[in-house]
Amino acid sequence: MAIGGCLLVLVVGAICAAMWGIWRYNNLISLRNQVANGWRQIDVQLKRRHDLIPNLVSAVRGEMQFEQDTLEKVIQARNSAVAARGVADAADKEGALSQTLGRLFALAENYPNLKANENVRSLMEEVSSTENRIGFARQFYNDIATRYNTAQQVFPDSFIAQTFKFQPVELFELKDDAERAVPKVDLNIRPTP
Amino acid sequence: MPLNLYDQQKRNIANTRVFIAGFVMLLAVLGLGADGVLYAGGASPGLPIATLGALCLGGFSAWWSLHGGDQAVLESAHARPLDPSDPRERALDNVVEEMAIAGGLPKPAVFVIPDSDPNAFATGSGPERSSIAVTRGLLERLSREELQGVVSHEMSHVRNYDVRLMTVVAALAGAILLLSDWGRRGLAFGGGGRRRDSDRGGGGVAVLFAAVWIVAVVLSPIIAQIVSLAVSRQREYLADATGAELTRNPLALASALEKIAAAVEPTPSIKQGIAHLCIEDPRGRVIEQKRGLIADLFATHPPIEDRIAKLREMAYQVTAGR
Repeated sequence: MAIGGCLLVLVVGAICAAMWGIWRYNNLISLRNQVANGWRQIDVQLKRRHDLIPNLVSAVRGEMQFEQDTLEKVIQARNSAVAARGVADAADKEGALSQTLGRLFALAENYPNLKANENVRSLMEEVSSTENRIGFARQFYNDIATRYNTAQQVFPDSFIAQTFKFQPVELFELKDDAERAVPKVDLNIRPTP
Repeated sequence: MPLNLYDQQKRNIANTRVFIAGFVMLLAVLGLGADGVLYAGGASPGLPIATLGALCLGGFSAWWSLHGGDQAVLESAHARPLDPSDPRERALDNVVEEMAIAGGLPKPAVFVIPDSDPNAFATGSGPERSSIAVTRGLLERLSREELQGVVSHEMSHVRNYDVRLMTVVAALAGAILLLSDWGRRGLAFGGGGRRRDSDRGGGGVAVLFAAVWIVAVVLSPIIAQIVSLAVSRQREYLADATGAELTRNPLALASALEKIAAAVEPTPSIKQGIAHLCIEDPRGRVIEQKRGLIADLFATHPPIEDRIAKLREMAYQVTAGR
């Protein structure tokens, strides 16, 4: 009788432990997928930026004749970003592209005709929105990646994470101060006075 | 921060259940009272028709509000889909997309209300089905950054499941209002006959029961109103805070709120029934700006200066933390 009782307790305990394990394992899997999805979202927005930049440059080229140098740099930075291989390399090249773009937008402020041009205005809105989207996609990726990393480290979930070899993921960080200082582009919509 | 927000959302979903349970109980009391009065005179007690009817009415209006209430709200505000050829409206579309990315949510449907007063609201039943509507006046008055602040606030209502809570609460409050209205009419109409019934032999219990019911009939719409307003106010601070977390720029929302507050005219396109959904009360009432018990009980939003002060505090903490 006593042995039967002990056995029952053991079996129930084992089932509970197994169910807890499955629950926490699934939680980690779900977070891992969200992290992967967050990463892909960044890629989608980077692709959008690569597609938009040649259009923007050719639209402003006529007006910004004296800035050919800057325009060339934007195109070069864009091409090397497209050609980048690997995460670290891509991050570098995209950072450089952000900087040249920021410069282009700052210079465009000096050309009132550009802002009067419907096509240029709409392209600038699309490009600046894409810049924002890249920033927000990275921010979301960092949030979800932090949650994923924390979930692997907290006790007792850390047992599950170690047993099934979950790896912490790297957060997205800005490399240098120059990149931090990239101004938020905001050209199109001004409040009507 | 994300963990904190996650808990906040869970609590919101749990709160939704508590509020709905409370409202269902109020509905049941109204129905039970009507049954009690109907059967107190000694009629054979059959099915509690009024109770079942009241619960069905509440259930139906909640169900309907979740499956078509957002369309009704948008229609009543004269919202139209945005026009992609207009630069400001395209910028709005982009800003909504940006905020959806920041929150990791599907992009809500975007609408524009042709009204010169700056205001905005979100509706829907959760992140999978949601809409954000802003007035033309808002688009014309705010800079892109401020617009982002407002959209982040509305997106937070979606993300925190406030839209679902407010939709259901509004529907149940409406059902309670309707029932208590019927109850009052019934009292006025059949009051005399019923008194004779209870004199004949209904007993003290029935009289007490009827008295409690009458009190419930009179008070329930007020209770429902106060509860739904309290829910709305409580959500506003949270949406300001989570909105600032999306943009990491609380000052933009603060300056947007200042501009919205400066435009004191009411928003005529937006009906009274959806005031609690808006970023700021569209009625342009003075009560929102007053303090004190009565003002606090009947305002849909906390005083706007308090909200601005809290956002500025957040901005200060962000810069001080660097």
